[in-house]
Amino acid sequence: MAANTTPAQQGRRDGPPILEMRGITKRFPGVVALDGVSFDVRAGEVHALVGENGAGKSTLMKILSGAYTPDEGTLLFEGEPISFSHPWEAQQKGISIIYQEFNLLPYRTVAENIFLGREPVRRGLLDYGKLYQDTAELLARLGVDQWIRPDTLVKDLSVARQQLVEIAKALSFSSKVLVMDEPTAALTDREVELLMELVRRLRDEGLGIVYISHRFKEIFAIADRITVLKDGRKVGTVDAADVTPDDLIRMMIGRPLETFYPEYARPEEIGEPVLEVVGGGNDVLDDIHLTVRAGEIVGVAGLQGSGRTELLRAIFGVQPFTRGIVRLRGHEVRIRSPLDAVRLRIGFLTENRKEEGLALLQPVRDNVLLVHRALRALLARANGGPSVAELASRVDLRAAGLDQEVQYLSGGNQQKVVLAKWLAVDADVLLFSDPTRGIDVNAKAAIHRLIRSLARGGKAILLASSELPEIIGMSDRIVVMWDGRIHGELPAGAAEAEIMALATGQRRGATGQRGGRPA
Amino acid sequence: MSRPLIHRKPGRLALPPTFLFLAGAFAAAWLLVSLFGRGQFLSAANITNIFIRSVALGIVAVGQSFTILGGSIDLSVAHLISVTAVMSSFIMQGDSANIARAVAVVVAIGLGVGLLNGLIITKLRVNALIATLGTGLFMQGLLSTSFQNFAGAVAPEFEVFAYGTWGPVPIPVAVLLVVAALGVLVMHRTRFGAYLYAVGGNREVARLSGLRTDRVLIGAHVIASLSAVLTGLFIAARLGAGAPWVGQDGVYDLESIAAVVVGGTALAGGRGGVLGTLAGVLIFSIMDAMFNQLGTGAFLKQVFRGLIIIAAVASYSFRSKEEVS
Amino acid sequence: MSDGHPTRVQEAIRGTAGGRWREVLRRLPPIFVVLLAICVWISFLNPRFATVPGIMSFLMRAAPAAILAAGQLFVIVSGGFDLSVGSLITLVVLGSSMLIGGDPANTWWVIAVMFLIGIAVGVFNGAVTSWLRVPSFITTLGMLVTLKGFALLWTGGAPRGFLPNNFRVFGRSRVTGIPGLEQVPYAVIILVVTAVAAGYLLHRTGWGKQLIALGDNPRAARLSGVPTARVRIGAFIASSTSAVIAGILLGGFSGVSTNVGDGQELSAISATVLGGAKLLGGRGTMAGAVAGALTLQALFTLLNLLGWPKPLRDGLQGLIIIAAVAYTAWREQRR
Repeated sequence: MAANTTPAQQGRRDGPPILEMRGITKRFPGVVALDGVSFDVRAGEVHALVGENGAGKSTLMKILSGAYTPDEGTLLFEGEPISFSHPWEAQQKGISIIYQEFNLLPYRTVAENIFLGREPVRRGLLDYGKLYQDTAELLARLGVDQWIRPDTLVKDLSVARQQLVEIAKALSFSSKVLVMDEPTAALTDREVELLMELVRRLRDEGLGIVYISHRFKEIFAIADRITVLKDGRKVGTVDAADVTPDDLIRMMIGRPLETFYPEYARPEEIGEPVLEVVGGGNDVLDDIHLTVRAGEIVGVAGLQGSGRTELLRAIFGVQPFTRGIVRLRGHEVRIRSPLDAVRLRIGFLTENRKEEGLALLQPVRDNVLLVHRALRALLARANGGPSVAELASRVDLRAAGLDQEVQYLSGGNQQKVVLAKWLAVDADVLLFSDPTRGIDVNAKAAIHRLIRSLARGGKAILLASSELPEIIGMSDRIVVMWDGRIHGELPAGAAEAEIMALATGQRRGATGQRGGRPA
Repeated sequence: MSRPLIHRKPGRLALPPTFLFLAGAFAAAWLLVSLFGRGQFLSAANITNIFIRSVALGIVAVGQSFTILGGSIDLSVAHLISVTAVMSSFIMQGDSANIARAVAVVVAIGLGVGLLNGLIITKLRVNALIATLGTGLFMQGLLSTSFQNFAGAVAPEFEVFAYGTWGPVPIPVAVLLVVAALGVLVMHRTRFGAYLYAVGGNREVARLSGLRTDRVLIGAHVIASLSAVLTGLFIAARLGAGAPWVGQDGVYDLESIAAVVVGGTALAGGRGGVLGTLAGVLIFSIMDAMFNQLGTGAFLKQVFRGLIIIAAVASYSFRSKEEVS
Repeated sequence: MSDGHPTRVQEAIRGTAGGRWREVLRRLPPIFVVLLAICVWISFLNPRFATVPGIMSFLMRAAPAAILAAGQLFVIVSGGFDLSVGSLITLVVLGSSMLIGGDPANTWWVIAVMFLIGIAVGVFNGAVTSWLRVPSFITTLGMLVTLKGFALLWTGGAPRGFLPNNFRVFGRSRVTGIPGLEQVPYAVIILVVTAVAAGYLLHRTGWGKQLIALGDNPRAARLSGVPTARVRIGAFIASSTSAVIAGILLGGFSGVSTNVGDGQELSAISATVLGGAKLLGGRGTMAGAVAGALTLQALFTLLNLLGWPKPLRDGLQGLIIIAAVAYTAWREQRR
């Protein structure tokens, strides 16, 4: 399905940029999120934006949408300097952004969602005839009218089709620039094909499209140009035709580990298998074979939608395995709910601690003891358990006191509170999902040291992360997820390129190898 | 991952599942009354009676649908009904010349109360339950201080609102149907209605779409208050005068909320509609009529009403996986 | 995100006692100041109020509402509502008079039956909310209607029978012979015992802490292994039990009537909110809730002394709870 390009379109693609960002810098306390990044998109081209998590893609998006104001640099739209204070304004100008989280109302129809706030009115009443007709025309223009009807409730559509509704909504603003953030993360291969086709057609109609993705296959299928971001800086912009996937991987990685990671486990520190999954699967995971030993940190790498976090959630009983066997210290166990997992002394630190990890209005003490209390008789004395002060010092918590509400702690200290919660019950299997997301550099290193010292203490640790350096720096063994399966396994210190190759589905790795590096 | 497409059946105004319950209630009542009751269930008089029973609650419940759909709630309606009933009959003093003035005054009161409720909720960010409980208590306090008993009398011409007929249709039933039709029109055929669904469904999505969410909520509260005023006028017309306890006696605050949720509108907002509410009210009336004809007394029906409320909402919610409190 | 708290925990907690007390004082809901102010004002108007008997009879009148608020708080901190308590009070009063049938010998087992009914109602409310996922506002609204209907069905709609003296002592009699206190009403003793027990359960047991955490963040609580259904059902049992106690006191205080419980549920919710509890869960103290109920009662006493008619007193209550919640919202916003 090669892109057919007419000379006219070619000419347009070489024309002046429709949207241009010049020297954009954005700082947050402790971090430079974007450092002098310039980026542009022309009418009639697909410009892919790639980079690891934390490279600055989402900050760039938020500046585009008006959610953030840049500290330095300018935005030009059709040659004019612009600035937005509300996402609505960007949309009115013709810049539409499709986020990963949908902004749709599930119990309203497709048409009502697309034209929310702009419904056609005749004599004071909604003109449903026109609303549905306009929607039908829009859907027909996108070539998706056979899949989506204007009067279907959004909740009755598959994720892929909801994605299409988002695109239709964006285009209904007669957008000139369309920004898509990981649009295929939740889609099946066939649905991806459909989306690719649609993106090509929109490009040919003269839209400028910014396409953010991790998936090389898609990027090489549709991108005209590719810009690589790393650590808030632009590595470069290249023509897609001039580079290979390997070139791209080289551009994305290859940085020295600027934070010092603790040493890997020595062979004698690794003990018996603690957690074993044999043939585990559910509706998103399949054929999971995994062993984690005492004293060992097993890294779980994988792109968004690869099943990385779902694996941890399945083990913890949030969305339990429906197939396969889980063994804990050699005994087969059934984990149907988080409470089951907690009873077996498995701990889970989620990637969104504010939503799933902490009771924010409660003091440090009550958060640290929450799991402990859940395991004891309901009417047991609240403060009879382990010493919170001791736990707090074990994780090196910095707080004004144990009675301080955790909402006032920094991200790093909040994460330490979550960790202390599991140490309070001596959990000996710990599942970490992006344990350092949104945490500043120093606190990150502290968390990393903590995780390693827990492993030294004999805990079995599964560490899922979207940040490859973290995976590489921490893991004694790395499993790479792809499409809901474990796609390969690599030893400690594997190169980013090897991981990326597996995670992008480029090549299949040998599973089950242990110990030394492959030659 | 890809699920099969589910299309809604052609025809846009799909009937809410509540109508299944309504049909069930109707069939059950018919059966039980035929077997064990006195009189006929399916007589014109009885059906008319069921509708007339629905008027007072029906009108205010239509208004309540708007607040709940928007993710809010109004506990002050019962007290506003009392205020309206008393003020209208007090101002009329049995003289038809005063009808216009009385109606104007109570409508103005309703507008004010609705506005006040909406402003307290949106601008002072007071939980809707507490805000409307507070304004309700306040209104009731002022009213009960000034009036201890039936006050004044409505004009004889005004009683037509309660007792008149229009061909074969009692005027109050016609009014209820008009109010419901207006409710459907506003909720399903105006931008305001569409915005209300959005605000109740997801305030953030509504905000990102450039809607003025506060105004929408205030509008919903004004509608609820105006519907309470209309119910108050109807009660005054039926009783011939208003007394400061008529609203609370009818438990219109909690009953209207019950009718709305039995009608399939989610307590959290964003989902439901006026037609379902009407069905909810009719279910209550049918059960009342049935228990009357079965001669079981008023209290057994109350026992069942509570259970019906719980069962109806459970039938919508029990499949959900979300933690609810 | 810089590290805003460079103090290490050990250093911070060194002066535990002092620091903790200051923290407690800082978090003391402003309701105590209001309560004190109103009481001082009442004492100026009626010096008898500030005597031991004056305080005792004030507490006796306030006891049912305060106990009810204490029970309601369990449900409020968990993020729910219990609207069924008013009807449960009515059921307790009417049901007791029916079952006792004038024979004082029946009092004890009837009281036991009432507690069993209360526990059953609590289990039902909590189970329907947890497992059928009906919002507790609706579950308990349904129970409000059903229980009232059941109570009236039982008595045929009118107050029937009477409550014997050995039932009514709890609500209206005093214990004599306690040195230094002259006469202490049973109701005050029951209030103190209930409030202390409730305070212990909410603030000193694992269950209470889990309940608050559940109301604060249900997802985090579930992922921490909190048995959410059991914890929540417990809250509804606590609330229903408090209604049974309040019903026994009210029956003793004012005798058999069919509207004894009407509106009590909303007063109880108001009291918890006045006491600093957060609707929809996660925050609230037992001392605050009881103080909230006492404040409402004190306010009524004050306005009564000032010659305000009863309806106007109720009206002012409405304004006060709005103001209290608006103040809380404003303070949270400012922080």
